[in-house]
Amino acid sequence: MQRARRDQRTGSGLVAALLLLIAGAASAQDALPVRNCTWCHGSSAQGFMFAPRLAGQRTAYIERELASFAAHARDNPLSQKYMWGAVARLDPATAQGLAVYFSSLAPEAAADGQSGLAATGKAIYDNGVAVDNVAACIACHGPNGEGVRDIPRLGGLSYVYLKRRLEQWNQGYHQSAKPMPLVAKSLSANEVEALASYLSFVQFVDVGR
Amino acid sequence: MGAERKIMKGIGLRLALTTAAFALAATTQGYGAARRTGGGALEAKLEYCKTCHGLGAEGYRGYYVMPRLAGQPSGYIVNQLRAFQEKRRVNPIMSNVAHGIPPGMIGALAASLQSMNSPPFGGAPNASIALGREIFATGLPDANIPACSACHGPDAKGQNAIPRLAGQVYWYTIKALSNWSQERGLGKTKDLSAIMGPTAHNLTPTQKSAIAAYVSTLR
Repeated sequence: MQRARRDQRTGSGLVAALLLLIAGAASAQDALPVRNCTWCHGSSAQGFMFAPRLAGQRTAYIERELASFAAHARDNPLSQKYMWGAVARLDPATAQGLAVYFSSLAPEAAADGQSGLAATGKAIYDNGVAVDNVAACIACHGPNGEGVRDIPRLGGLSYVYLKRRLEQWNQGYHQSAKPMPLVAKSLSANEVEALASYLSFVQFVDVGR
Repeated sequence: MGAERKIMKGIGLRLALTTAAFALAATTQGYGAARRTGGGALEAKLEYCKTCHGLGAEGYRGYYVMPRLAGQPSGYIVNQLRAFQEKRRVNPIMSNVAHGIPPGMIGALAASLQSMNSPPFGGAPNASIALGREIFATGLPDANIPACSACHGPDAKGQNAIPRLAGQVYWYTIKALSNWSQERGLGKTKDLSAIMGPTAHNLTPTQKSAIAAYVSTLR
């Protein structure tokens, strides 16, 4: 453990990433500063309170978001308060190792939305609302909210988190995350409720990372 | 042609009625800043297109691939929107989108998209570009493949209902050529898409990929 800590300090995240590949995810917690993340995101990275689930999230998405916290492009209040500091000394190789590790964990659905709104949410997700210029989420995020490449998995994320992100784009935060500010602008308050509710119940579909 | 126009008229009326009904429902909600009827409606609809097709309408690769619309001949855009409405071309998302455009707005929308000139989306592999260029310019006479340039133009800019290929998203062109007869010309009457049927059928996957890579680099 002591040795692993020294490794991180000297910034040999690449070694950590290699170890991860060789030894598998089981030893990742010894090689990577996983605990720095799980303090807030939950010991199995299923999300906790304000902190979103990382388990099963897309590798390329996690890496890109870590970079956008470091560049202060993701600038909502909680990001400023927690994530800006958390990533300030994170080297790219360690960031990649963390992304590979968390994406390999099986995610659980938060299921904290209003179940009565799920059907409405699914209709908006699958079809959009063309007359109101609401785009169909499915086009980019996939039929099971699984995401792809650097487009995030949304299925099973918490209602609280999904709703907050959509609201924050409307409040002017994180405008670099195109085209999401445009999408958020088209949604009504009721549609945000329905979408966040629906997605919180979507079960994990394993389609690779 | 006369029959087609009659069908179009019927669909236009049905569209107008459903659009009016939807517009009534929409006004009771309010809130979304992107929802505009009346003034600014065209700009709001254009922004809606760009949400999926890229902020410069250069196309976008999400879970599905959204084609480039920028610089596309307006005749092609109008014809494709009608194809979605008439189910000559089947795509669940675009069917909804096409039915949600007020009939009087389609021409102006197509003209706006034609006037855009964003750089290509990019991302195609370089290795097969040379082969693609050759097929585009001379075709494959032995395989009964005409030169793409014969219809799409030597600069691949298309004309009228024949699409521009220049700058088209690599993965989209491959998908279009691979699924041609499953996705296009599905109506009762033959449409222009029938011309591409045999060509798409006769191209090998490698040749499709090469053509897609070449045209994706054109500006």
